[in-house]
Amino acid sequence: MFKRSDQDERQPVHIFVDGAAVEAREGDTVSAALLASGRDVRRATAVSGAPRLPYCMMGVCFDCLVTIDGVGNRQGCLVPVAEGMEIEIQKGKREINR
Amino acid sequence: MNATPKRESYDVVVIGAGPAGLAAAATAAEAGLSTLLLDENAGPGGQVFRAIASTPVTQRDQLGADYWVGADLVQAVRGSDAEIIQRATVWSLDRNLEIGVSVGGASAFVKARRVILATGALERPFPIPGWTLPGVMTVGAAQTMLKSSALVPDGRTVIAGQGPLLWLLAAQFLRLGGRIDRILDTTERRNYLAVLPHAFAFLTSPYFAKGLAMMREVRAKVQVISGVTELAAAGDGQLASVSYVAGGRRETIPADLLLLHQGVVPNVNLAMAAGIEHRWDELQLCWSPVLDPNGDSSIDGIAIAGDGAGIGGAGAAVFRGRIAARAALEALAPTAAAKLAPMATLRTGLVKAARGRAFLDRLFRPAPQFRIPSGDTVVCRCEEVTAKDILDAVAIGATGPNQLKAYCRTGMGPCQGRLCGLTVTELMAQARGKSPQEIGYYRLRAPIKPITLAELAAAPKSEADVKAVVRG
Repeated sequence: MFKRSDQDERQPVHIFVDGAAVEAREGDTVSAALLASGRDVRRATAVSGAPRLPYCMMGVCFDCLVTIDGVGNRQGCLVPVAEGMEIEIQKGKREINR
Repeated sequence: MNATPKRESYDVVVIGAGPAGLAAAATAAEAGLSTLLLDENAGPGGQVFRAIASTPVTQRDQLGADYWVGADLVQAVRGSDAEIIQRATVWSLDRNLEIGVSVGGASAFVKARRVILATGALERPFPIPGWTLPGVMTVGAAQTMLKSSALVPDGRTVIAGQGPLLWLLAAQFLRLGGRIDRILDTTERRNYLAVLPHAFAFLTSPYFAKGLAMMREVRAKVQVISGVTELAAAGDGQLASVSYVAGGRRETIPADLLLLHQGVVPNVNLAMAAGIEHRWDELQLCWSPVLDPNGDSSIDGIAIAGDGAGIGGAGAAVFRGRIAARAALEALAPTAAAKLAPMATLRTGLVKAARGRAFLDRLFRPAPQFRIPSGDTVVCRCEEVTAKDILDAVAIGATGPNQLKAYCRTGMGPCQGRLCGLTVTELMAQARGKSPQEIGYYRLRAPIKPITLAELAAAPKSEADVKAVVRG
């Protein structure tokens, strides 16, 4: 859906998406890194399980909700990637204690 | 920069580091007031100057001169004594000017003598069939990724809607080598007549020449369909096609990405939760706070600057930020205020920056069918409530947005009505034959962003706070 511009010379940051290694760039938000990864990163809604991807990318819509380093319901569009970060695509509601 | 506030109280707390917030914080801090600037994003700039201090788009002409103006604003505030905290989510503000802010998963409370809200704008909901499908996003979302991560579309891309931002993004995509297959322009033809009385002011404003050049640049490379009167996205779990009607003819085109935009509206959640009076703006079709010329709201000590005060654009936002900060200075340190440029100079600057806005408001006033959906079209994305669900609730007695929550949970999901509130108000107003002002809006309350109970429980509290809720 999206590709990186050739002029982007930022340093790579290595993250894991559902256990698979993905290369992001320094300064990417989690959501931007997911959309640039080319992987299927659709979450499932808490209400009906419908597939969704981020809609607004500015902290408003909550369609980017994702589990980051074991913590559910994080707004992926507001969290910058960090080396070794473990991201899980959230299917449905946040689980208790996660 | 990502730390909790250093002090318990400040002369001025500015919320939001976009054009208005940056200008306000710099003005207040340079004049010697203790100033705290809180912002939710990883870096300063807000939406219009997003990633101004870190963008990987280094070829400056690609983002345009209007973008790089933001660098000076950031430099000014960083050069001042203002304390700046990024990734700080303000979730509470009350009439005692106490602010609840979450930083790194922990909450703190700070007191202010004056608060300047610069929470800006968000994109107007664009509730068409299929707008919840993966592959449908806003123009602003795509521009955010372009500025902060140099991402451009590489699949079949359709941009639909209207307004200056749509053309700016299209031009930026093309400059960065992105793909656009078609632009579907939803500007109503009758709007071209409505703008005639405002044409002179617009033709002599900076918007005109820039806008025209940008539209020419885009039209030279992309097929643009004007007069689009219907729009729908379709696909099975993923966007596959976009269909539209223009000039009475329906067409369906395959698409991987649909970007929607029909203007921006004030982000009212924090201001409304604080109890600030708002009114329905019939021209801009949104809620705007009731403010005096200094930006002071109905609550003593809270001012609103920038697009959160009513849409005026980035240029106007800078002046509104300076005006609000200067007013705070006059109240808190009159001697220091006397040394600054007179208020009249700032007001003249604001009038100049707002020139042409009346024309844009009328030309890009979105059509009713793109604001007020029907049938199975989703209105509330969080709770997955359709237009029909809402009309059914009205038929059995729901009178306004707050009653509607009890019927179908609209606005009660994590976005707290940001993506459905305007639609619900207008839909209910139409169904009940009342004005949006009469129908009203969701009663918003803190926390205006979700925080966990654990975070709330761990927040610092006084003995009196504990006594108020603990028995015995």
